Amino acid sequence: MSGTRNTQVFDLSTSNLRELNSRLQNEGPDAAWEIQNPVGRHALAVGLTQPISVTIDGHAGYYAAGMNQRANVVITGNAGQGVGENMMSGSVHVKGNASSSAGATAHGGLLVIDGDAGARCGISIKGADIVVRGSVGHMSAFMAQSGNLVVCGDAGDALGDSLYETRIFVRGNVKGLGADCEEKEMTPEDLAILTSLLSKAGVTDISPSEFRLFGSARKLYHFRVDNASAY
Amino acid sequence: MTENHHDVTKTFPRYSATFDEFTISQIQRAAATGIYDIRGGGTKRKLPHFDDLLFLGASMSRYPLEGYRERCGTDVVLGTRFAKKPIHLKTPVTIAGMSFGALSAQAKEALGRGASAVGTSTTTGDGGMTPEERGHSSTLVYQYLPSRYGMNPDDLRKADAIEIVVGQGAKPGGGGMLLGQKISARVAKMRDLPEGIDQRSACRHPDWTGPDDLEIKIEELREITNWEKPIYVKVGASRPYYDISLAVKSGADVVVLDGMQGGTAATQEVFIEHVGLPILAAIRPAVQALQDLGMHRKVQLIVSGGIRTGADVAKALALGADAVAIGTAALIALGDQNPDLAAEYAKLGAKPGTYDDWQDGRDPAGITTQDPELAKRLDPILGGRRIANYLSVMTMEAQTIARACGKSHLHNLEPEDLVALTMEAAAMTQLPLAGTNWYPGKAGF
Repeated sequence: MSGTRNTQVFDLSTSNLRELNSRLQNEGPDAAWEIQNPVGRHALAVGLTQPISVTIDGHAGYYAAGMNQRANVVITGNAGQGVGENMMSGSVHVKGNASSSAGATAHGGLLVIDGDAGARCGISIKGADIVVRGSVGHMSAFMAQSGNLVVCGDAGDALGDSLYETRIFVRGNVKGLGADCEEKEMTPEDLAILTSLLSKAGVTDISPSEFRLFGSARKLYHFRVDNASAY
Repeated sequence: MTENHHDVTKTFPRYSATFDEFTISQIQRAAATGIYDIRGGGTKRKLPHFDDLLFLGASMSRYPLEGYRERCGTDVVLGTRFAKKPIHLKTPVTIAGMSFGALSAQAKEALGRGASAVGTSTTTGDGGMTPEERGHSSTLVYQYLPSRYGMNPDDLRKADAIEIVVGQGAKPGGGGMLLGQKISARVAKMRDLPEGIDQRSACRHPDWTGPDDLEIKIEELREITNWEKPIYVKVGASRPYYDISLAVKSGADVVVLDGMQGGTAATQEVFIEHVGLPILAAIRPAVQALQDLGMHRKVQLIVSGGIRTGADVAKALALGADAVAIGTAALIALGDQNPDLAAEYAKLGAKPGTYDDWQDGRDPAGITTQDPELAKRLDPILGGRRIANYLSVMTMEAQTIARACGKSHLHNLEPEDLVALTMEAAAMTQLPLAGTNWYPGKAGF
C-alpha cells in the first residue's frame, strides 16, 4: 500500500483488543498498522471501514478482519474460523492456513489464502472472491450465492452443495459434488474471470487452463417433489 | 313415521376422532399433490396457554391501586448487562422480527410507525434492513440470521440492538423458505439472489456452532459496534432451561424465547404443528435458568408466541419475563383476517380467521405480499395508527390487571399473583391449581 504515513505498531502483549479495534476503526485513510503478538486472539481488526493497511504479524483466532470494508489486512500466520466473514470490500490475505468457514457470507472484496482452508470455505458467499492456493475442506461454497471461489489444490466432499450463482474453479481433485452442483463448460468469460482473480491474488505460477469450473445445475431453484431425493 | 325417524337397528353415522374431517383432508391433499403442505402462521391446535391462568387480584391481604389515579409503570430497559447503550422502551410490548420480503414495505413501515408512536421497538427479519424501516422506527432491532441475507455492517451500526437468531418458535431447528412468487426484484437484490427463485434460508449459522463459538461471535459483534448495542439471542422454545443457560453463558444481554404459537412466513405444516413447546410451558424453565445463574432481571427475557391481549402480557411478566413480542397479533391489527375481505379470501380457498397462505404472496389485505397492487391496499399511516392503538390497549389492559394486584409497575407482577386453571398449566408453570396450594409434582395436597 502506498501509505502516506509510516507504519504504526500496536503490541497486543501490552494493550488490549478493544483499544486495538477502536483505533483501527477510527483511523483515517491510508494509515498502515502492524499488529504484534496477536497470539491467536479472536476478532482482530474487525469492522474496519477505511482503506488502511493492517498486518497481523502471527496467528489470528476467529473472525479476523470480520465484516471488513475497504481495508487491506494481511495475516502472516494462520487464521481461525470465519476469517474475513461477511467482508464487504477490501482484501484479506492469509499467508498460512485458514480454519473452517473462511470468508463466510462475504459480499465483496478479495480473500486470499496461501495455504489450505478448512471445511465450508466460502459458505454462503454473496459476491466476494476467494482464492485458495492449497486445498479446501468439505462443504465448501455451501449455498454460495454469487462471487467466485478459486481452489488451486483439491476440494473436499460435497463441494458447492445447494449452490446458487457462485462460480467454483478447482485445479485439483474434487472428492464429491454436493446437491445441485455440476461441472460446467468453461466459457471465455469464465476464463477471463479466473485469470484476473489469479493475477489479483498474485498466483503467477499456475495456468488458468488447468482449472475446471463448477456451478449450479439450478434444479433446486424451485422446489419440486421429483427432486426430493436430492435433499 | 317422520323422515327423521331413527332406525334403532343401526347406529348413527359416526365420524372418527382419530380420522377427523381435517385429518382426512390432509391425507387427501397429500395423495393428490405428492408434496407436504407449506403455510404461514403458527400452530393452530389447542394448547395449554395463558388462558389457563388467572390473576387473584387484591382483597383483604393485598391493597389494590386506584385504576385511574395511581401510577403503574410500564417501561423496560433492555441490555443492561454489557451494552453501553441499553434501550429504554415505554411499554414492554415489542414487535417481533418479520422480514421485508415476507411482509410488504408498507407493512414494515406501518409496524415502525406504530411501534415508534408508543415508544417501543420493532425488529427487522431475514432479508436485511430497509431505509424506510430504519427511518420509521425510533428503536430498531437488527436480526442477525443464519442466511445473512442483506447482512451489512453499516446497518448493524445503524441498529439500536442486535438479535442473533438461533431459532424461532414455529420451527425450532428449521431454516426458512421464501417462495419465488414473493422474490421481487428489490427483495432479490437485497438478498443477492436471482429474482423469482425459491429462497432457502439456512437453519445453522455459517460461521459458528454451539455456545463456545457463539461467545466469540458475540465478542466480534460487540467489537464491531463499540460495545454499544444490546445483543439479544433468540431461541425457539424446545429445551428452554438449557438454551437460556447457554445463551447467558455466551454473553447475551437479552434472551428472546419464542413459543410454538409464534408465526412464520412459510414453513411445513408438519413442522409448525409438531415441533417445539407452547410458550406457557417454556417460560418457567427459562426464568428458573436465569434465577439459578443469578441473572434474572440482569439478562432480560422477552417472550413471544401467541401474545394477544394485555392479560397475556401481564401473565408473561408475572411469570418472570421482562417484555413480550408480538407478530401474528400485529398483522391482525394491521388488517390481516379482516371480515370485509371475505369474498377475496374465498377466492383463495380461505375464510377470514383461517387465512394462512402467507407464502403465496396473494394476501388480499396487502400485508404478506410483494405484489405492488395488493401492497398498495395497506396505508402505512393508517396501519401505523392501528398498531399504536392496539399496543396502547394491551399496555392499558396489563396495567389494569397490575393495579388490581396492587402493583405500581408491571414488573412487580409475580407468580404469587397467579393460579392455574388446569392440571397441565399447573404442572408446566408450577403455579398452584386454582383453589389449592398444590401443583403436580409438589408433595402433599
